[in-house]
Amino acid sequence: MNAIAVNNIFKTYGTKKEIITALNDISFDVKQGELFGIIGPDGAGKTSLFRILTTLLLAESGTATVDEYDIVKDYKQIRNRVGYMPGKFSLYQDLSVEENLEFFATIFGTSIEENYDLIKEIYVQIEPFKKRRAGKLSGGMKQKLALCCALIHKPSVLFLDEPTTGVDAVSRKEFWDMLKNLKKQGITILVSTPYMDEAALCDRVALIQSGKIMSIDTPENIVAAFKGQLWAVRSADMYRLLKDLKNYSNTKSCNSFGEFHHLLLKNNDTSEKEILDYLHEHQHKDVELKKTQPNIEDCFMQLMSNN
Amino acid sequence: MEKEIVIQAEELTKKFGDFIAVNKISFKVEKGEIFGFLGANGAGKTTAMRMLCGLSIPSSGKANVAGFDVYKQTEHIKQNIGYMSQKFSLYEDLTVKENIRFYAGIYGMSKVAIKEKMATLLQQLKMTDEENSLVGSLPLGWKQKLAFSVAILHEPKIVFLDEPTGGVDPVTRREFWNLIYDAAEKGITVFVTTHYMDEAEYCGRVSIMVDGVIEALDTPANLKKTFNASSMDDVFLQLARGAKRSAD
Amino acid sequence: MKQFIIFVKKEFYHIFRDRKSLLIIFLMPIVQIILFGFALTNEIKNSNIAVLDNSKDEATTAIIQRLNASRYFNVFENLKTQADIESAFKSGNVRMVVVFPPNFRQSLLHSNKAQIQLLADASDPNTATTITQYASSIIGDYQQGLNGQLKIPYQIQPEIRMLYNPQLKGTYNFVPGVMAMILILIAAMMTSVAIVREKEINTMEVILVSPLKPLLFIVSKAIPYIFLSLVNVITILIVSVAILDVPINGSLFLLMAESLLFIITAVSLGLMISNFTKTQQEAQMFSLMSLLLPTLLLGGFMFPIESMPLPLQIVSNIVPSKWFFLIVKDVMIKGLGFSQVWKETLVLVGMSLFLLAISFKKFKIRLS
Repeated sequence: MNAIAVNNIFKTYGTKKEIITALNDISFDVKQGELFGIIGPDGAGKTSLFRILTTLLLAESGTATVDEYDIVKDYKQIRNRVGYMPGKFSLYQDLSVEENLEFFATIFGTSIEENYDLIKEIYVQIEPFKKRRAGKLSGGMKQKLALCCALIHKPSVLFLDEPTTGVDAVSRKEFWDMLKNLKKQGITILVSTPYMDEAALCDRVALIQSGKIMSIDTPENIVAAFKGQLWAVRSADMYRLLKDLKNYSNTKSCNSFGEFHHLLLKNNDTSEKEILDYLHEHQHKDVELKKTQPNIEDCFMQLMSNN
Repeated sequence: MEKEIVIQAEELTKKFGDFIAVNKISFKVEKGEIFGFLGANGAGKTTAMRMLCGLSIPSSGKANVAGFDVYKQTEHIKQNIGYMSQKFSLYEDLTVKENIRFYAGIYGMSKVAIKEKMATLLQQLKMTDEENSLVGSLPLGWKQKLAFSVAILHEPKIVFLDEPTGGVDPVTRREFWNLIYDAAEKGITVFVTTHYMDEAEYCGRVSIMVDGVIEALDTPANLKKTFNASSMDDVFLQLARGAKRSAD
Repeated sequence: MKQFIIFVKKEFYHIFRDRKSLLIIFLMPIVQIILFGFALTNEIKNSNIAVLDNSKDEATTAIIQRLNASRYFNVFENLKTQADIESAFKSGNVRMVVVFPPNFRQSLLHSNKAQIQLLADASDPNTATTITQYASSIIGDYQQGLNGQLKIPYQIQPEIRMLYNPQLKGTYNFVPGVMAMILILIAAMMTSVAIVREKEINTMEVILVSPLKPLLFIVSKAIPYIFLSLVNVITILIVSVAILDVPINGSLFLLMAESLLFIITAVSLGLMISNFTKTQQEAQMFSLMSLLLPTLLLGGFMFPIESMPLPLQIVSNIVPSKWFFLIVKDVMIKGLGFSQVWKETLVLVGMSLFLLAISFKKFKIRLS
């Protein structure tokens, strides 16, 4: 059974003068117990998608089910059984950690004690601050608290909309570790993020840009589907290197990737020597050139250029 | 050849009551440098930047920005720097043209200069057709690029960028950094904070703040050697993990 | 200087592109000027009075005609007996009763003087004072007309009695008015703000995606403000009685029950407003403009409603405070019972049910 099934969802906003298509024919499935990532930048449509699946918005057309319940007709059942963490912080800033948790537990007809095991690993990290007002917590702790509140009623499906945005790098890592542990409990998790590197931590991902899904697969398969041979290249003057490589007639695309530039050539049989010659012609020093495997961001950018 | 120093901080400190947000930081930034100013949330980055921008008076220590003192000459500082952040860039209910004219006017640019620069700017960003569109209707990536260009329109000596590429798609992010490189080539010093560790690699030098103190300051290559790390991400995590402070 | 100009220019852009602020800047002053200028006046016009004519002679008829003809008065009822006077006032239909004793004209002719009783409902002391003055001056004119060249002038003495509020204390009018105003503010505005706040801080999303039923949500939002408003009512009453010397002539229980009813009406107004406002600021502004202003201007305690042009009188009927104000005055000042205020009570009940039904129906179970 598919925990989430989405079929041809369209969502538009705006007035008659200007219609903005937020979601353009979105279809995908999420299996039970899967950790599924929706990867895309701001404006891709992630939040609209999450709101539609949690029954907060109606799509213009298309259908979807969560735990086999229809998002339109059976919205009450869905609201009773899913956990939801919206993009912006959405707990009560003037209530304490404990008070927030108790409130949400009670709303869902349970208590903190009943499902304590489920949230224990996460909660112990914020328990020392349980009397502190939620508004006075750091970004990382707020996310942990919001996750606990979404989990407290043992949902069958967990919807996390950009849970790591705006949170520091250490907390981000910790958060994903927590998600992996939750998976072990059999909870289906749909999570969205603009950080491409987090895609590798999911079972499967859907890459989304401007309301369209560009690819759905395991991270490994997406990387394997990358077209062409990718080269990593660096030199003493990275900015000039970038410009020269972009001007190289054989270049299909060249993008900076931190330490190295990732270079994709039109002719995939080009030898290392050929490239090195071009670089020496342009007086680049300390050149380092090697073949490399693409990462999700490379794939995302290639798919963007294809569309 | 000795390069001009455009930012100089010596034991710069900011206290809020008993809480020491920024604890005696010292560093220098050269003209035309792309200086990465990194740190976890709550490390004191924002507070430090506000002092350098002339928005907050330090509790102690010294600093000079664009040759002006951060205690007594904050108005001069503001006139000579540009600023852009992820949270606020331009007015959503004004058009592209109106935004440009407004900010240029604030910095005292003449009408002739504005007209010229606006045309060049829009051409460079390939946004000439959008000059009468409301900024609110533009996609995020365009907004951010436009905001950066507006921030340097009056050719300031230094431009401060506070997480300018948050949430933006990977292609636009790189286009943004191309704009940063262009600005640096023209001699504008870029002082940028970011959460993307690959962007740390694009900087000439990087400083990492932890608990109000600068724990590391060097080129990315040297930092990786010092910390025996394979990437800036690794360097950062090693330093940030040791942080005691995690308050926002 | 250039900086200044460009900044001002920018501000104008912001204002003109925000439809809501334009409404406030241009529409509101116009509405207020029209309301104040044309409609609201302390001048008394068309006040309903009743007449108990025990003489029914040429003189009394003449005077009654003059009263009726003046723009100040409208003879609403011709009473038959003394007993009718009390019910005339209780019904709230008339502000003044003019009583002519028997043999009015004969008294004038034989003893050169006669008396007229002017009984005024002084629960609104300002109006009562004005009305009796107008009446006295009309009677005085008639007297003048009669006298003409006579050597011994006629004297018609109006005996003025202020009912319910013999000392003409302004607080008698003022306290019920303040009650209405405060309850509208607290119960309506605060409830609407409390609901809209959840939308603003985003917790509404999480609450919606939960088993919590909308009805429960609405009720839980309203209960604290209903309770606090009741506390406010008690406080106002204590202060009014203890410090301002305002009496509670009627049943305290009835007064509290009616207050509770009005609080519920106000809360349902707040609920309705929360359904279509998105920010707390909007909710506040809207509450102030659509609730507080009509309450003040059309509620009947600052400006008498019968002096307003007909369209405004009709509009004032949909202002809940107008009905509450009448009820409180009747119960508190006039000491009347439920049998006299059941009609107004019914109006409030009807309004509450209607508003609650709409608010509940219009409650958004989704974001959009």
